[in-house]
Amino acid sequence: MKKWPVKMNERSPEDRAGDFKEVVAGYTPEEALLEASRCLQCRDARCVAGCPVGINIRDFIGAIVRKDFAQACAIIWEKNNFPSICGRVCPAENQCRKACVLTKKGAAFASLEAININFLERFAGDRALSSRPSRVSVSDEDLSRFRVAVVGSGPAGLCCAGELARRGVRVVVFEGLHKPGGVLRYGIPSFRLPQDVVDREISALEDLGVVFRLNTLVGKTLTIEDLFRDGFSSVFLGLGAGTPSFLGIPGESLGNVYSANEFLTRVNLMGAHLFPEYHTPVNVGRRIVVIGGGNTAMDAARVALRLQRGNGISVDVTVLYRRTMEEMPARRLEIEHARQEGVRFEFLTSPTRFLGGTDGSLQSLECLRCRLGEPDARGRRRPQEIPGSVFVLDFDQAIVAIGLTANQVLVRATPGLEVNSNLDITVDPHTMRTSLQGVYAGGDVVGGEGTVIEAMGMAKKAAGSILKCLESLP
Amino acid sequence: MFRIIAKDVLSQGAGTRIIRIRVSAPAVALKAQAGEFVLVMVTGKGERIPLTIADRDVQEGSITLVFQEAGFSTRLLGQLAEGETLYALTGPLGQATHVPANGKIVLVGGGVGIAELYPVARAFREKNNRVMAVLGARTKDLLVLVDDMRRVAHDFHIVTDDGSCGRQGVVTDVLREILLSDPSFPVYTVGPLPMMKAVAQVARQAGAPAVVSLNSLMVDGTGMCGGCRVTVGGQIRFVCVDGPEFDAHQIDWEELAKRNKVYKEKEAHICRLDSL
Ligand SMILES: Cc1cc2nc3c(=O)[nH]c(=O)nc-3n(C[C@H](O)[C@H](O)[C@H](O)COP(=O)(O)OP(=O)(O)OC[C@H]3O[C@@H](n4cnc5c(N)ncnc54)[C@H](O)[C@@H]3O)c2cc1C
Ligand code: SF4
Ligand code: FES
Repeated sequence: MKKWPVKMNERSPEDRAGDFKEVVAGYTPEEALLEASRCLQCRDARCVAGCPVGINIRDFIGAIVRKDFAQACAIIWEKNNFPSICGRVCPAENQCRKACVLTKKGAAFASLEAININFLERFAGDRALSSRPSRVSVSDEDLSRFRVAVVGSGPAGLCCAGELARRGVRVVVFEGLHKPGGVLRYGIPSFRLPQDVVDREISALEDLGVVFRLNTLVGKTLTIEDLFRDGFSSVFLGLGAGTPSFLGIPGESLGNVYSANEFLTRVNLMGAHLFPEYHTPVNVGRRIVVIGGGNTAMDAARVALRLQRGNGISVDVTVLYRRTMEEMPARRLEIEHARQEGVRFEFLTSPTRFLGGTDGSLQSLECLRCRLGEPDARGRRRPQEIPGSVFVLDFDQAIVAIGLTANQVLVRATPGLEVNSNLDITVDPHTMRTSLQGVYAGGDVVGGEGTVIEAMGMAKKAAGSILKCLESLP
Repeated sequence: MFRIIAKDVLSQGAGTRIIRIRVSAPAVALKAQAGEFVLVMVTGKGERIPLTIADRDVQEGSITLVFQEAGFSTRLLGQLAEGETLYALTGPLGQATHVPANGKIVLVGGGVGIAELYPVARAFREKNNRVMAVLGARTKDLLVLVDDMRRVAHDFHIVTDDGSCGRQGVVTDVLREILLSDPSFPVYTVGPLPMMKAVAQVARQAGAPAVVSLNSLMVDGTGMCGGCRVTVGGQIRFVCVDGPEFDAHQIDWEELAKRNKVYKEKEAHICRLDSL
């Protein structure tokens, strides 16, 4: 008998859109066993090649089948420090699940039949969150005489810190904001990634001896030079791609036009949805437009919708995207969830002008229709505006989610640190070393806007280079 | 960390207070330069609000902040006593004031902006500039740091709306006269937005260059949200990382004024609720 994929339990759209609690419930052990038992345990497991960090997927699923959940997690940990996070946010439909043999050949995304690897990963991670491995010390050497500074506490920084701390290195993480986590904290909303999952990973790092120095913007509060002078042997830069891009069209600075980063930060980091108990405000429009097609756009739209619900406003959120659903870079599950919750989509639409009233707040958005032209360098079909197809839509709030670039605060303050034409930090791809001796980098600040797992993959590589370098020191 | 070492009320009256605190923040004190600011959270549930670094003491490891109890968060801050601590403080942020040597400058400040002017005045004086100061306020009670400024400036003018101190009128009256005698005098201004806008206008008419230190709404203060953006010469700039100082003649003042009012209703709401 053919076995069908085991669906995760999800809260109903009606219920979940009323709060910020997690939408998807994890597998129960029974469900995990059932799903794991669908895995064919392929000899040539293609799923592994689909994972950016090469988790031994077949074996960890095999361990779940044997009910050896601790072992399952140990196998994941060999490659990925944060399965509870990645199991929730990885775009598995483009990665391991797409590579799984059960995905139909030539499909754009993973087929429904593909093993729900990410759900199983989450299951293994969640079960183990309480029982972390303590310091893995390598017998004949003690790295505790070294101190390494990690700048930025997003996935890249956290991963690098963990890798080093597990080998005994004394790690201090410097973070500019008042809370650690990077995008995991201020970007991804708690209904996708509950804050306590992030908190637990961070306290596990603290248990390993990692020290967090918050409210410290490196480049301003201290410089890289200061860090070396203070005795740090190496520095890892996990600064992320934190600077929002704007469209550059007229009216973009009208009141109630937000970048997605601002909108999400106000809510996720500052608690604006709990105003006035929390003191940071956020405005909530009656007709909200979100411009963009990535995860950031989906998150902004779903937060917007929850704010409308919370303020007794009937839900009216539209996502505007220049291409079509298929080209959207967002995770498929997120698009589906947004749709279920009542987000509308306006595809093949390019905004050309924000129009405001005399008080300076947004009233409407002028747009052009698009059609899809030739594929661009990444193979995505390029949108072309259709001349004369102007139309105007009424909105009183807009959220611009069209992309992020690397934050330049540290770069500006660090002579000799080279960046490329996108202003990303350049590194040697083999070692992740930057143009400066002893300074390494990884994550979005190197690769541009990417994914959590890619950021961690780079951080892991950098940590490997740092360890090698430390081991060679007297 | 971030303990309030000392607190005093610089002015009281006209329905508001201007307060000075000295806060323990050794790392910030070490690096602070004129024109830079910090972001402060009073409590864990607080807003992140920008405050200019008015002074620093490297030895003590402290910085001085001066603020007017204007909105909810500044009033909350005003309630903290000596010995209490701020939840968070990050800095120094922004670009330091560009201070050329051996030149001249006329500094125009209004209200609590005078406190922000003080470190700038000192920086110009230290680099051997001729420093002229024009300080204004609605009324005498709202004038702060007058003696400090008097010590630093070569020339010194006070203007109040009601004539309770110095000359009656507005700062631009004096500025106009100064620029009439020497239109090449560079101008630096900080204070309430309408005042800065008027100063910029007078400077432009006289053909004088003018720099303005902007106070826009901020969230992170690290260039991460774009909420502080302002249009300068037709380009979007972030006040927290590109500023806070810009060429006053290039600012889209109207847009800035409107953006600063975006949360007026919310502010009124939270202030009513807590009736601080
Ligand atoms: C809204 C949103 C949703 C997303 N959803 C997903 C998803 O579902 N799945 C997925 O895989 N990816 C997702 N991504 C992308 C993913 O979050 C990023 O690729 C990842 O977080 C990059 O990690 P990082 O560590 O490089 O940087 P970040 O997470 O950006 O962290 C960088 C940290 O460094 C700090 N910092 C920067 N400069 C300094 C300095 N000079 N001194 C001190 N600290 C500094 C910042 O404050 C920040 O905390 C999403 C991104 C966003 C914005
Ligand atoms: S997850 Fe898919 S590809 Fe990987 S071993 Fe199982 S069936 Fe094979
Ligand atoms: S305050 Fe967020 S970018 Fe300036």
